[in-house]
Order: sequence, then C-alpha cells, then structure tokens
Amino acid sequence: MASHNTMKCGDFRTTYEKDSTIFPTPFSRKMVLASIAFLLIMPIFADSYVLNLSIQIGYYAVAALGLNILVGFTGQISLGHAAFFGFGAFASAWINNSTGIPVFFSIPLAGLLTMAVGLMFGVPAGRIKGLYLAIATLASQYILEDFFGRAGWFTGGPYGAMANPVSIFGFAFDSDQSFFYIVLFWLVLSFVLGANLMRSRDGRALVAVRDHYLSAEIMGINLTKYRIMSFGISSFFAGIGGALFGHYLGFISAEGFNILLSIQFLAMIIIGGLGSVMGSLMGVIFMVLLPEVMEFAAGGLRDVFPSLAHSMTYLKQMSIGIAIILFLIFEPDGLAHRWRMTKAYWKLYPFSY
Amino acid sequence: MTDDVLLDVKNIALSFGGVRALKDVSFSVKKGEVFSIIGPNGAGKTSMLNCISGRYQPNEGQIIYKGKEMIGLKPNQRCELGMGRTFQNLALFNHMTVLENIMVGRHHQLKNNALSGSLYWFTGAQKEELAHRREVEEIIDFLEITHIRKSVAGTLSYGLRKRVELARAVALKPDMILLDEPMAGMNLEEKEDMARYVIDLNEEWGMTVIMIEHDMGVVMDISNRVMVLDFGKKIAMGTPEEVMANPYVKSAYLGEEIELDQDDLNAEANA
Repeated sequence: MASHNTMKCGDFRTTYEKDSTIFPTPFSRKMVLASIAFLLIMPIFADSYVLNLSIQIGYYAVAALGLNILVGFTGQISLGHAAFFGFGAFASAWINNSTGIPVFFSIPLAGLLTMAVGLMFGVPAGRIKGLYLAIATLASQYILEDFFGRAGWFTGGPYGAMANPVSIFGFAFDSDQSFFYIVLFWLVLSFVLGANLMRSRDGRALVAVRDHYLSAEIMGINLTKYRIMSFGISSFFAGIGGALFGHYLGFISAEGFNILLSIQFLAMIIIGGLGSVMGSLMGVIFMVLLPEVMEFAAGGLRDVFPSLAHSMTYLKQMSIGIAIILFLIFEPDGLAHRWRMTKAYWKLYPFSY
Repeated sequence: MTDDVLLDVKNIALSFGGVRALKDVSFSVKKGEVFSIIGPNGAGKTSMLNCISGRYQPNEGQIIYKGKEMIGLKPNQRCELGMGRTFQNLALFNHMTVLENIMVGRHHQLKNNALSGSLYWFTGAQKEELAHRREVEEIIDFLEITHIRKSVAGTLSYGLRKRVELARAVALKPDMILLDEPMAGMNLEEKEDMARYVIDLNEEWGMTVIMIEHDMGVVMDISNRVMVLDFGKKIAMGTPEEVMANPYVKSAYLGEEIELDQDDLNAEANA
C-alpha cells in the first residue's frame, strides 16, 4: 500500500534543509503560493457574499489553528475556546478605544492579552487531564462569559462594545474588499507560524506530551510547562481570530461567545483533522460552507417540492448534523488525512502497489 | 575503566501500600561500566530503574549521581544532568516519525523555543535544527535504521521500535544510559545486533550502561558487573562469574532447596 511518505519520483533531497521544508514537495509549495496569489486578486472580482464567507473562514481558521495546537497537537481538551475568542474581540476593541493605539497594532496586543488570560486558565492543565480538564475549561468558559456580562469598563456590559475598523496611517480597511487583506495577512502569518512551530523544538515537545507523557518527561520535557504553554499559544491565536471578528463586525456583544461556539470550534478541528495544521483550515472551510451548500440545496428542493417549503429549515439543520456524523464515522482522521490519501493515490496511479 | 563512581545508590527502600518493592538496596556504578541488574519476575528491577530515573520517589535512601543528590528531582531535571533511559514496554511517540522521535531526544540540547521556533528562518532556529539533524543522522546510521527514518513510529515492528527507542535515548547524549530489557521479545539475530549496539555505546560512545535483561547469555557476556535482586532485596553482586557461582542466585532462579539464613544473606549482600 502506498503510505503517505512515499516520495515522488525525481524528488531528490540532497540537503537536510530540503528535507525539512513545510511542504512535502516543491509542487505543493507552488500550489499554495499560487492559491495565495489568487486570493490576493480575488477581492477585485468577487462579490460581497463570497468575500464575507472568505473573511469568516479566515478569522475562524486562525482561532481553530490555536485550538488544534491545544487539542490536536498537545492532546489537551478545551471547552472554552469561544470565550478566549470573545476575549480577544473585546480586548482589541478596548485597547483601541481606551488608549487610541491603532487597530492594526491592537490586534496582536489583544492576542498577547488573551494569551496571558489563557496561561492563567491553563494552570489547572498542568495537573489534570482528560474529562477533568474538560470540566475545568468549561469553568473558564462560564467565568469569562460572566466577566463579559459584568465588566462594563472592558466590554460595555450588556450594551456591547464598538470596534473601530482597522486603520493604519489614515487608511481605513472598512470595506469587505480591504478587510479581506487584513484577514488574509493574519491567516497566512498564523499558519506559517504554526507550521514552523510544529517542526521545531517546542512543537515536537507538545506532540511528545500528547503521545506519551511519561517518556516525554524522561526525554527532558517539563510537562507542566508545556501543558500550560499550549494553552497560552492556543489562546493567542484565539485572541487574534476574535479581534479580527470584532473589527470586522464593528460591534461586539457577549452573547455569541457561548459554549455552542466552543463546540463548533471543536467540530471544525475534528472534521479538519486533529494534529494537522492545514486540517484546521480545511475543517473551517467545511463548517462554514456546509450550511451555505445546504441552503442552496434546500432552495432547489423548495422549487421541486413546494409542499416541503415550511419544513425546509429543519431539514437543513438535520442535514448538517447528518453530514457531520457521517464524516466522523467514515473519516474519523479528518479531511487532512483524506487529502493525504488522495495525494498518495494519485502519486502511484494506476499502479497502486 | 576508571574507578570514579558515577552513580551511588544507598539504602533504597520503596513500598506501594503494603507491598515492599525494594528493601535496603545499595550499589554503586563506576564510570564506563556495563552494569546489569537481574532477578526473577517481580524482583524490583524496574522499580529500581524507575527510582534512578525519577519516575518513582523512594521512601528511604539516597541516589547520588555525579555527586548530586537525585531524590526530589523530576525525571526531566535528571535528564538534563545526563541520564537517559529506555522502557520495558515500548514508549515511543507513536504518531511521530522515527526522525521526530529521535529529535525529541535533543530537546534539552536545543535552544530554540516556541517564539524563535515559530520564526524559524529569522532566529537561527533553522540552523540549529539542521545542525542537530546532522548529529541525529549519525545515531540513525549507527543503529541502522536509515531505511525507516521517515516512517511513523507506531507502524513499525517490535524489534525496530526497540531500536528507535534506543536511538532516542542515545540522542539525549547521556553519560549514563538505563536500558530496561533491551532484548525482550527479540529473535537471536536481533539480540546479537542489540548486544553489539550496547557494547559500542559503552566502548565507543563512552556511556555507562545500566541494563536489566533476562537473557543470561547476553548478561554474562557483556556485563562488567551484575547485581541480583529477589523480592526487592539484593542477594548478590559481583562479576558475572561470581554471581553465577553464588548459591543464593541459584536458589532464586532454580528454586533449589538451600537453607537461606537471613543473616548470611545480609552479610553476603553487604560484602
């Protein structure tokens, strides 16, 4: 059988540098660069519906990458990711509104602030594992939600907070077209950082903690440090994603950052592929586009079967649920795994042995 | 072989509830030695190794390594002082490739962190990673696992996994390496290979080896000294020839009817 480490014919690596690149083949690197180039010109011709979806995918993907580092790579569980996402949104708006720091810089600052909060809530993770940790992170979800409701100075309390559009040197990124570039910048940056992390010392340490924590400790890895650090990194990306979300919508209210969104983040990375950087993006694309595809299909069905029109909403919701369940049954390793299998298949086609 | 004592274990006692796994065990290992610990199942060999590597904290006694007290230090701190080990039951990082597994062994020698590692090209992390990759390749070459370096560890056969685990421990650059049954479950050829690696590690790489092994042929052939444990007690220690001739060892292994006087036993063990 073709394993995913089958090397392409003619792909000779003559240095260790060439053997430790982010992308497995020069072709895949070129494809990704081409996709980024395409995305750079996309706002010129894409309509606002496509741009809106792309921006959604962008900020969710940054946050999902953070959760994947925590859950997929480190093997910790978090049911409070939406709260950190929300914290990032409020933090960026607050930094901008209270200090006048331009939004362009308040976004990374919000990431750092969220990281600090994540490190704090990550402390229990140094001691507990599995279901117990799930409950502890559930507590962080509710504590932060409560904080959003009460800390009027920070979040505007029940009235919510206004978030200014991103601006730098007097240029405001206030349209979908221009904001798209901000999201694209953070998306590419986050994924490059994430991919680099996973091929350097601390990324390997995180995976080691997940795979076999006892031998990780024998290998000189400080378990407590890396478990807490993983929460910090995860919250940093959640904060960035949240800040982008906030400045895109322009108005932030606490209701959206509930446990449902946390679970949705988990669904994204499970579908995309736990422990895969690109899987995080694939999962987000799937989860954002699925309802749209279902809406489209429902529209078509409505024309064919007018009698079903009033139950179409339920059918749509149910289909989304079924799609996810089928996914977990038939592709438990996620889209990233399926992608690798597909590539391996074509590499050897038609002689698959 | 020099006479410097590298590891000095004094009067270790370890109990789990009512079970006394180790009772007053003392021994010392000299620099450059191959020191084997043998004994019947449940004798406390692995418990002893766990005490040295820090997974268990003994109830009593002292463990002095390179002149430093080890009790109270965590396994990762002991690792930084130059202690490496392998496990009896495989303990690889199953979802990582062989190469990544071994690179984890370089953890405490690498300097890049989450931030500088993420910025890979700009902070020297790349240069550092590649320099260590070069050294790791030497270990891979030495242990003859070049053909599987890109395979995922969880998919390998038992014998290969054992070898990868040894490679990972060697990557720590330890002064003392603890091997827990390195030859268990292997066929003759694999055992011969492994014995050769252990000898090379000792003689060429200059590592002091403490080894638990059940294969008496291997133990007697490659060890400088052997300690025998039975029911948590040290019943004999010495060169392989001395140990083989010891009546208490015969009794523990073969169950021969020898009147074991407790005082004699203690006198023998402390000699």
